[in-house]
Amino acid sequence: MDLASPDTTPPSLLTTELTVALIGNPNTGKSTLFSALSGIAARIGNYPGVTVEKKVGRYADDAGPVTLIDLPGTYSMAARSADEKVAIDVLLGRLPDVPSPDVLVVIVDATNLDRNLYLFTQIRELGKPTVLALNMWDRVEASGIQIDVQELSRRLGVPVVPCAASRRVGISELRRVIREVTTSSAPPCILGEVFEKQVDKLAGWIQEHCPHLPTDRFVLRRLILDVQGAIEREYCVQAGKDGDALEGAVARAREELAQHGLQVPLVETRLRYQWIRQQLDGIYEIKETGERTWSDRIDHVLTHRFWGFLAFLGVMFLVFQGITWGASWAMDWITDVAQPACVAAVESLLAPGMLRSLLTDGVIAGVGSVVVFLPQILVLFLFIAMLEDCGYMARAAFVMDKLMTKVGLSGKSFLPLMSSFACAVPGIMATRVIDDWRDRMVTILVAPLMSCSARLPVYVLLTYTFVPDRYLAGGWISLQGLVLFAMHLVGAAVAIPVAWALKRFVFPGQTSAFVMELPSYKLPSARVVASRVLERGQAFLTRAGTLIFCTSILVWAAGYFPGDHSRLYQLTAELEAVEQSDAGKDALEPWQRAIRQESGRLIRESVLGRTGQAIEPIVRPLGWDWRIGVGVLASFPAREVIIATLGTIYSLGGDVDEEDPGLRAAIRQATWPDGTPVYNLPVAFSIMVFFALCAQCAATLMVIRRETNSWRWPVFAFVYMTMLAYLGALVTYQVGMWWYR
Amino acid sequence: MKTLADLAPGQVGTIAAIAGTDALTLRLMELGILEGEQVRVVGKAPLGDPIEIALRGSKLSLRRVEAARVKLDLPDSSP
Repeated sequence: MDLASPDTTPPSLLTTELTVALIGNPNTGKSTLFSALSGIAARIGNYPGVTVEKKVGRYADDAGPVTLIDLPGTYSMAARSADEKVAIDVLLGRLPDVPSPDVLVVIVDATNLDRNLYLFTQIRELGKPTVLALNMWDRVEASGIQIDVQELSRRLGVPVVPCAASRRVGISELRRVIREVTTSSAPPCILGEVFEKQVDKLAGWIQEHCPHLPTDRFVLRRLILDVQGAIEREYCVQAGKDGDALEGAVARAREELAQHGLQVPLVETRLRYQWIRQQLDGIYEIKETGERTWSDRIDHVLTHRFWGFLAFLGVMFLVFQGITWGASWAMDWITDVAQPACVAAVESLLAPGMLRSLLTDGVIAGVGSVVVFLPQILVLFLFIAMLEDCGYMARAAFVMDKLMTKVGLSGKSFLPLMSSFACAVPGIMATRVIDDWRDRMVTILVAPLMSCSARLPVYVLLTYTFVPDRYLAGGWISLQGLVLFAMHLVGAAVAIPVAWALKRFVFPGQTSAFVMELPSYKLPSARVVASRVLERGQAFLTRAGTLIFCTSILVWAAGYFPGDHSRLYQLTAELEAVEQSDAGKDALEPWQRAIRQESGRLIRESVLGRTGQAIEPIVRPLGWDWRIGVGVLASFPAREVIIATLGTIYSLGGDVDEEDPGLRAAIRQATWPDGTPVYNLPVAFSIMVFFALCAQCAATLMVIRRETNSWRWPVFAFVYMTMLAYLGALVTYQVGMWWYR
Repeated sequence: MKTLADLAPGQVGTIAAIAGTDALTLRLMELGILEGEQVRVVGKAPLGDPIEIALRGSKLSLRRVEAARVKLDLPDSSP
């Protein structure tokens, strides 16, 4: 390494601003440490071109501000995919919008030091100032472990800071060490002289034949070690016409290593673990107590043949009853108090006209009816975050693996699919934990069938409007909650044959591997849970505030234009004048009737109404009128938009005024031209089944496009899901009506 | 030679070798499944597969097919 490189100078002497990257194995308490260092407010984004989440936090110490970059949890720097390579790019400061890290913090689980140090041995060869955070320190003694921290620090050549992030122990010490850590130069590579000679040789070859390619030793080592890995692919593409020759040079390096008894790729794990054992010899002792820990005992029950499944079903049931119980009061407050208050405020300030119509019928009705579902989303993510953080999610994968293999997937698909119950977007992004490409594709394609929180508004609206508010089993089980639970199962039930068929016909081949860590159970950290809930709530609101807001305005415009509204405004102004004059209710009736007729005419003649009427023959067999058809059309960007659309349609139609109890009343009162109600139980279920199975979510389709790097798969998902949804709704309505009569 | 897949819950063995040189073998080794390590089968999933093993400080889950790659030396009981 060049001695004059800026990496060798202590960063704190050059600048008071510091960039720190946090890296470690999964289940080491990395998120907890991240929020303990930087607080729960983090900026969440994505690295360009890949699906890896970018999480950046900030804090300040006496010397100045610190930017903290959280890298995804990983066991190794071996980069099989482009996603795994992101960590290398960040650590080397190669991404344009991410500052090059000055200090690396490797977090390890002190109760499992051998395996955690594997990643450390790779990181230290970057030659950057590195700190080892020895987390879970509070559990070391109880686990019968003895560590000589000072000697460990001396042998590894980096500062070692014991900490317990969940109890916020050792955090200020870690901050201090982050400021003070320095390094002289990169330590010699563990893989030895013979290996390093091959790296030199390859560097020479590249400088001669492809001088435009970077030759950092760290990257070249990975180029040799990661057979068919992301770096090999990237180098061969960038080498252009010399790609084949480069591949040959790499293959020669591997062959020559094999001749010396160093077989790539297994040589890396052998030599690194050998080094780790040497370093830990005599200073890290695990006394196998032989006693079963309480974590083992919990595990015995939760993975039990019978109790395990029961516990699993119980947890799922609890989650969805919890949503009904925990969020309904907040929801009622928003619809019954906050929203009418906003409408009244606007109406008291503005005379009838386009702006007032835009604000009350477009903006407030649209965004308001989406924001109302924030409480449920927060409650759902509260459960998911707690299950993840306490360690149950991995057990769920363990318990479900055998079943998942029946449809050709693995237990690893369980977590992404479970997350998709909240939102398919993070769920699809979570499929990157699945190593097998075919498993991953199938999981991505069925993930949108899981009942996400955007369906919840549709289910909640229709369930609470049409399903009686009754309690079963002595008041413990809400019938409405039961229907919600059943609706969540519809998508999952359909996903089983779909996944089987996809695996059988679209992605045929062998079943994949299933190696996974089962972390010890622990109490979920309030900070980690809170930050995850906040992140997701914020993400939902941002979507509601932008995408759904824009759609609301577009839908309002489609329903507003091209009609002439002057007569409607005149009637409304007259009605409001009569209302002011304290006349009886009967006196208002002629104006109200005239307004309803006028707005009915306007919406029928609008762009939206004409489109809806044109497609009514297609949706009629599902029991829908043109307004529901319009709602479905307009909800292409996001399912929850149908609520906004129906709200807009019915307010524009004059069915809603500030006295009305809201959308529920409006849809109860909606009628066919002959006066019979549009909505009944079969229609409500037909709509719910359609939304359970359809792919009306632009964000999901965009994520599928990005994850699969092809338009083919989002189109495929949209087409197959829409067909399923139509068929499902058709069967539901037709069978339902036969039974309902 | 016995493999990890042959062990009943509670049984202990020492890893003698890991078959294969592919990505799965690499992943097993990265997770610390290495020659010379002592491994104990903790239990099975409700449907018998996958199995849970304890290895140094950690608990891992792997399927029987994968466990069959891990060849074991058993304590004295084996002939």
